Order: sequence, then C-alpha cells, then structure tokens
Amino acid sequence: MHRFAKPSVFLKLTGAMMPWVVALTVILTAAGLYLALIGSPVDYQQGNTVRIMYIHVPAAWMGLFCYVGMALCGAMSLIWKHPLADICARATAPVGATFTALTLITGSLWGEPMWGTWWVWDARLTSMLILLFLYLGYIALVNAFDDPERGSKAGSALALVGAINVPIVKFSVDWWNTLHQPASVARMGGPTIDPSMLAPLLIMAFAFTGYYFIVLVLRVRLELNQRRIRALQLSGLFDERPVASGDHDELAYDQGHNAGASK
Amino acid sequence: MNAFVAILRRDLRLALRQGADSVMVVAFFIVTTTLFPFGVGPEANILARIASGVIWVSALLAAMLSLERVFQTDYEDGTLELLTLSPAPLELLVLGKVCAHWLTTGLPLIIAAPVMAVMLNMDQDGFGTLMIAMLIGTPALSLIGAIGAALILGARRGGVLVSLLVLPLYIPVLIFGAGAVEAALLGISAQAQLQIMGAILLLSLAAAPFATAHAIRQAVE
Amino acid sequence: MNEFFSMGGYGSYIWASYGLAALAMIILLVMTLRGLRQSQTELDQLETVLKARRPRRTRTTDQSPTS
Repeated sequence: MHRFAKPSVFLKLTGAMMPWVVALTVILTAAGLYLALIGSPVDYQQGNTVRIMYIHVPAAWMGLFCYVGMALCGAMSLIWKHPLADICARATAPVGATFTALTLITGSLWGEPMWGTWWVWDARLTSMLILLFLYLGYIALVNAFDDPERGSKAGSALALVGAINVPIVKFSVDWWNTLHQPASVARMGGPTIDPSMLAPLLIMAFAFTGYYFIVLVLRVRLELNQRRIRALQLSGLFDERPVASGDHDELAYDQGHNAGASK
Repeated sequence: MNAFVAILRRDLRLALRQGADSVMVVAFFIVTTTLFPFGVGPEANILARIASGVIWVSALLAAMLSLERVFQTDYEDGTLELLTLSPAPLELLVLGKVCAHWLTTGLPLIIAAPVMAVMLNMDQDGFGTLMIAMLIGTPALSLIGAIGAALILGARRGGVLVSLLVLPLYIPVLIFGAGAVEAALLGISAQAQLQIMGAILLLSLAAAPFATAHAIRQAVE
Repeated sequence: MNEFFSMGGYGSYIWASYGLAALAMIILLVMTLRGLRQSQTELDQLETVLKARRPRRTRTTDQSPTS
C-alpha cells in the first residue's frame, strides 16, 4: 500500500507547495541580489570581488548539501527499497553538479584578480573538483543502463560509497595541500564575517535552496512520467502476452500514482 | 572459508590458463611509465622528482584497466547468478575474487615498480617504502575497484564508465602512497602515511565486500 | 551608474560570475521544463492510443489477458 501512496502523496504535497516556494524563491533572489550587489559594503581586503563570494559560497554549500541529500536518498532506497528515493537522488544529481561547477568557475573568477591565477591547487577548490567528478560519475552511471530503474539503484549504491569517501578525500586533500603549499595561500572568507556580509550570504543560500526544491520537484515529475511512458510502451508491446510479474508490479504502481496525481 | 578458497583457486587457475591478464597489466604499467620521460624530457633530476607520483599514477591506471573483467565474464556466462544462489555468503565469494584480482594484478605491479623506479632515477632510499606502500595500497585499489566493477555490470560502455567511477575514489590512496615515498626520499619517517594507508585498507576491507555484493545482487536480480 | 557596473575595476569578473551562475541555473530549469512538457505530451498520446485499442481498460493493467 505504501508503494502506491507515497509518490502520489509526494506529488500532491509538492504541487500544493510549489507556488509558494516559487514566490519565496523569487523574492529571496531579488533581495539577495540587491544585498549582494548594492546593499553590502566593500571588503577592505578583497574590494568589490567579495561580491563573487555571495554566489561562490552558497553554491559550494549547495554542492555539498545536494551530495548529502543524494547519499541520504541512497540510504533510504537501500533500507526501505522505496522507488521515490532513487528518483529523488537521480533528480538531485544535475542540480548538485551545476552548483559544484559554479563553485569552481566563480572560485577561479575570484582567484584571477585576487591570487593572480585562474586556478590554484587550493585544498577547498581541489576537494570541490573531486566532488564534481563524483557527480559526473554518478550521472554517467545512472544513464548507462537501458532500464532506468536499474540505473537509479546502481547510482544509489554509488552515492553511498561516495559519501563514505568524501570525508576521506577531504582529509587527504587537506593533508596533501599543507604538505605541498605551506600555508601561504589566502583563505577565502575569514574566521569572522561581518553581519552585513552574512545576510546576503544566507539569503542567497536560501534562494538557491528554493531553486533546488523547484528543480527537484520538476525532475521527479519528469522521471515519473518517463517511467510511466516506458511501462505503457512495454504493455503495448506485450499486449497479447502475460506481463512478467516484475513489470506488472511496476506498471500497476506507476498507473496507480498517476491516477492519483492527475486529480 | 572453503568457498573463499574455492573461488580464489578457480579465478587464479583461470587467470593462469589465459595468462594474458597479468602480463598485459604489467606491460601497460611499464609502457605508461615510459611515456613520462618522453613527455617531460630525460633530465635525471626532474625524473627523480616526479618518479613516485608517476609510478603511483601508472599503477592506479593499470589496476583500473583490469577491473572490468573481474565480474564481467562471470556475469555474461551466468556464473555470477549461480554464485549469488550459493549457500556461502556472497561477500566472502566477492572477497575471494578480489583476492584473486590482487594476486594477478597488484602483486606483479609491486614487483615491477622498483624496476621502473630505477629507470626513473629514483633515489635508493625510496625503494623499500615504495614497495611497502604498494603492498598496503594495491589491495585497497582492488577492493575499491571491485565496487565499481560490480556497479557497471550490464551497463553500456562499461570500460570507460568504471574509470570515471573508480578514479576519484582512488585519490586518497594516490596521495598517501606517493606521500610515503616522498617522505622516505626526504629522509623523514613515512610511518604516518603508511598508517593512514593501512586505515584506508582496513576500511575498504570492511565496507567494499558488502557494497560489491549488494551491487552484484542488483545486477543479477 | 557606470561606477556600479565597473565595480572598482573588477566588474568583468563579478558580472561574469553572476551571469554564468544565472545562465547555468536558467538552462537547467528550462531543460527540465522542456523535458517535462515533452514527456507529458508523449504520455497523453500513448494513453489515447492505448485507450482506443482497449476501451475496457481503465486504470490498471490487472485485466491484461493471460494466455
């Protein structure tokens, strides 16, 4: 029963929340952009380039947050075998990869005027680069199977393995970095952040979170649609023959939730 | 335990009968390492400076190259499905297969590494640490790689995919493996690095068989 | 106004950062929306075709013929 209920409940709930989240995200983005570009003071050390931080730091947070989310979905799919968890993980990956890539790009746009080079093998930037590789590996794996469900399951296992690995990678990169570049590199941000700079940072982070929610919901709907199309095509192909029990299950479940959702 | 030994012997016998696997891995390792002097020039100082990194990167790539075949042939001819049905725990069987993979690829690499170190003009002080580090590091590579090899079963373009999945996970082994040799070359104790590598090995020994077995069950179901 | 856009000489870096971020996020959103619309039309088509072929079938495939 809970297999039937969950996706339709998810769709109904998120459908009701959607307009509010969109409105909130638009407001937050406008407020965040105003504060980041106009309403915040110039940093005494970094000058105006500190404004890049208001994109860079929230994007980095989102990159990590999305990976944690994927790993949690992976754990849920492992424990409860719930198909929605796989779908959520799959829908999260492109958003996380985008934010991670943006972190790297804005980081190097900040680094060029501040450090004088586009790229420094700084511990944080390098860790983010490896995180991007993990995302790309996940996306490649998930899309490499003819059966999308099998791809999602393999992806969930990979996300979990990657999540165990992320702290180890972080630790080893920090260690490697201190060994090869004795702490001469300027640190991004600082130990203390002025409230006037913290506000745009947090507001942008919330705006990004809202954006993530919107794209996540849309991509989950897309994924459910595609599964349903696949199931219908299969049922069309094998019309005259009995449907294999596994496909049959999936079909019933997909049709069940969609019938509920279209109301 | 019997099942573990049985699968280990079976895989080793298969590898020995075909023979090509180990030889190819070592040949790949040697050829890749040889490319670097052509790329960066034959200056002895530069080569000695990058030797530890070059050897480790080549070893990583060589170990990765043979991963695809750990489960692929067994998956195609249905052996893997029979293994999942056997009364012995699949995790143990996976461990047996990983062990066989390490014996046929990791071990030859450890033997070939000092030869390449000589050719890259590495200082003698680093040889012992290089071999110890590889002795600890290569089993971890086989264990982590097995997860990737199991995940790609039934996927399109599995060979390229496995490298994309596994190489980022290999980075800690590379950092500490090369770091240990660097430390030894500088005359510092490499104990810290080797201990961390030991921790990585133990962690992968504890986690990898379960993850691999889980991925295999998904693939054959 | 000009001063605002030049950002103390760092304008190109700052505007490139904001522009690329906006571009990437909009592209992802538009691609998702387009995929969603395409899948929806495809789904509707399939459903009408299948419904025409089997008028008795309504919600589930439980009545799919056996043998």
